[in-house]
Amino acid sequence: MAKAPASKKRAPRKSPAKKSTARKPAAKTAPERERPAEPKRHKATKDELLEYYRQMLLIRRFEEKAGQLYGLGLIGGFCHLYIGQEAVAVGLQSALDGDKDSVITGYRDHGHMLAYGLDPKVIMAELTGRAAGIAEGKGGSMHMFSVEHRFYGGHGIVGAQVPLGTGLAFAHKYREDGGCCLAYFGDGAANQGQVYEAFNMAELWKLPIIFVIENNQYAMGTSVNRSSAEDQLYRRGESFRIPGLQINGMDVLEVRGAATVALDWVRSGKGPILLELKTYRYRGHSMSDPAKYRSREEVQSVREKSDPIEAVKKELEAAGVSADEMKATDKEIKTIIAEAADFAESSPEPDPSELYTDVLVEQY
Amino acid sequence: MAIELKMPALSPTMEEGTLAKWLVSEGDEISAGDIMAEIETDKATMEFEAVDEGVLAKILVPEGTDDVQVGTVIAMLAEEGEDADAVEAPAASDAPPVPKPAEMEAPQREPADDGIVPPARPEGSARPSDPEVPEGTEMVLLTVREALRDAMAEEMRADDRVFVMGEEVAEYQGAYKVTQGLLDEFGARRVIDTPITEYGFAGVGTGAAMGGLRPIVEFMTFNFAMQAIDHIVNSAGKTNYMSGGQMRCPIVFRGPNGAASRVAAQHSQNYGPWYASVPGLVVIAPYSAADAKGLLKSAIRTIDPVVFLENELLYGQSFDVPDLDDYALPIGKARTVRSGNDVSIVSYSIGVGIALQAADKLAEEGIEADVIDLRTLRPLDKAAVLESLSRTNRMVVVEEGWPVCSIASEIVTICMEDGFDDLDAPVMRVTNEDVPMPYAANLEKLALVDADKVVAAAKAVSYR
Repeated sequence: MAKAPASKKRAPRKSPAKKSTARKPAAKTAPERERPAEPKRHKATKDELLEYYRQMLLIRRFEEKAGQLYGLGLIGGFCHLYIGQEAVAVGLQSALDGDKDSVITGYRDHGHMLAYGLDPKVIMAELTGRAAGIAEGKGGSMHMFSVEHRFYGGHGIVGAQVPLGTGLAFAHKYREDGGCCLAYFGDGAANQGQVYEAFNMAELWKLPIIFVIENNQYAMGTSVNRSSAEDQLYRRGESFRIPGLQINGMDVLEVRGAATVALDWVRSGKGPILLELKTYRYRGHSMSDPAKYRSREEVQSVREKSDPIEAVKKELEAAGVSADEMKATDKEIKTIIAEAADFAESSPEPDPSELYTDVLVEQY
Repeated sequence: MAIELKMPALSPTMEEGTLAKWLVSEGDEISAGDIMAEIETDKATMEFEAVDEGVLAKILVPEGTDDVQVGTVIAMLAEEGEDADAVEAPAASDAPPVPKPAEMEAPQREPADDGIVPPARPEGSARPSDPEVPEGTEMVLLTVREALRDAMAEEMRADDRVFVMGEEVAEYQGAYKVTQGLLDEFGARRVIDTPITEYGFAGVGTGAAMGGLRPIVEFMTFNFAMQAIDHIVNSAGKTNYMSGGQMRCPIVFRGPNGAASRVAAQHSQNYGPWYASVPGLVVIAPYSAADAKGLLKSAIRTIDPVVFLENELLYGQSFDVPDLDDYALPIGKARTVRSGNDVSIVSYSIGVGIALQAADKLAEEGIEADVIDLRTLRPLDKAAVLESLSRTNRMVVVEEGWPVCSIASEIVTICMEDGFDDLDAPVMRVTNEDVPMPYAANLEKLALVDADKVVAAAKAVSYR
């Protein structure tokens, strides 16, 4: 397991990078129970690597553009960027079955939607609050949905998506449709009580759900160490008998490997599993966060040493992909993003008559 | 082409800021992620990061400048292969104007006249009304408890997506026995005991509804749903709107609401006004067993999220219920439970029984009351309230709940706004006292609404 991008300031009780603590909890805490297999780093084909690269770059460029549009006043309110965390959504969602699995996340949702193959244009148009946006301009950055793609949001209340995702998993099991739910939440949400209420029911009823903690190390401005009595978040399910794995979320191949193990576990009817993906966000919590709680050097150090996109680039080089091929992808993405931004800037705002639509569905 | 760097908006409320300091100079090579400047916003000092690569060609706004409007071009960046010296400052430039829909081709739907008037609800004969009960239909005497159970069982038989979950709903047969017998008939897959975990199971139910099922979530009482109100309001109530109409949430949250008996403040509260204030929810609070059955069936069938408020003290009361295969009633429609032309008494849930007692007493004194049972609190049947007022010109609202920001307050507003010319007296509210519910028997009695208070109010508005 690769090193997690830990801050210099942090003084972890145990390094999460140590294999023994990460994957084999002490015998005392986990007696005799079956445990998921040891995840293996995914051996990707050249095409898979190129696709991961393309998707992660798409997310990064999209988010950079969103940051710019925010700066121009075209995007309002809160806007939480996914820059730095791209390997998590891309690695996990590449392993899902789009025809039956469901996904739900919190308010940092643009990256997940892109990783799910949704059109960047309608996502950007939602950010600018236009009628052509995926939620017709009524949801904005934090509230986006695509039921057609089984992407169930996009939820603005920290932690709410965890019981909701458990409900989606309940529906999978109730209908016996073979699907499972991937419910993402952050290290901050991991301290919400409702998360544990959901853990309890998910294991009690053996629901097909993968709980994914995207540990980017800061809940807004509060580091994991300052907010979490048990800072090894993958252990947070143990008292509910939910096995946990800690994964380097900066390496898309490790993430993909973990996704395979988690899906095998869940699909075989063994109930939920918890993945803690150690990752890092380069930008502030939202656009208005001056990020004074961490040093510039800390951010720079992660960018230089652990950047998930640079890591895939190296894999691509090793696989014999030429710099020109990668440049072609860069160029293609630049065009997609420019078109998305143009679309989002030029399409009209919702018609005033939309103010009262979609409050209720039926007429009473 | 050179890139314009504009004064960024760095918080949701920022309109202008101070360009405190440039950290780069003209001619410097810039990479994405470099900190170019420090900008003071209305909230904090923020670092202005480069997103593009290039050479800083020109600084157009010197450091120390206050009140720089968001969108002002503050510097020019020459791109790869471009001569930085040749970069020109742009002519007066602003952030691109947001196109307004009026100037653009309208989307497919026809815009409303002024666009922002709430849609009128269907009026008159177009409005849904209670279905005709065929002549000769047998009436059976059922308790509210049995009627609710029958409604759930019938809908569960008709639709496999319907299931019920909550504390003690299955093996215990319901804390108040409303789900009695359901486990035997439908099994543990569809009648599910939850742990004591309201926030959690309200969220699980809501998620299951989003995933296409039709959950009935029972709260042992609505007092405990306070722990779950976030999912009821934020997750269930708002998602259809926030998703532009693509994410449905067909769920029923049901359970006893309002004061029971001698259980004191934390267990005696009417949440009708709370939920009825939320656009996106349907709120139903029936009085009789027939309405409980017919409206619960409709609540389970509708695709909108419903808060269904029952009353513990009514569970054991018996009423005639039409013995029909499928007795479903329209949501959003009040019922006139007693006709009269002297004074209107509007109420809902257990208050209707009190209003009827008062009407009997008033009749003895020659005052004929028109008693309206609202049945649905959202959407509220304004037309029924105003129609009654137009005949009686006097109104009393009876509510087993607090007076402030109540359903009664809402009815008063409706009469003021839309029925002013019909009023011969101010509308009066008869509600519980404005205190937490006391435990002591005498104090509890004093705190609760009763028929004598209603009679006094009805006489007052009649100037008798």
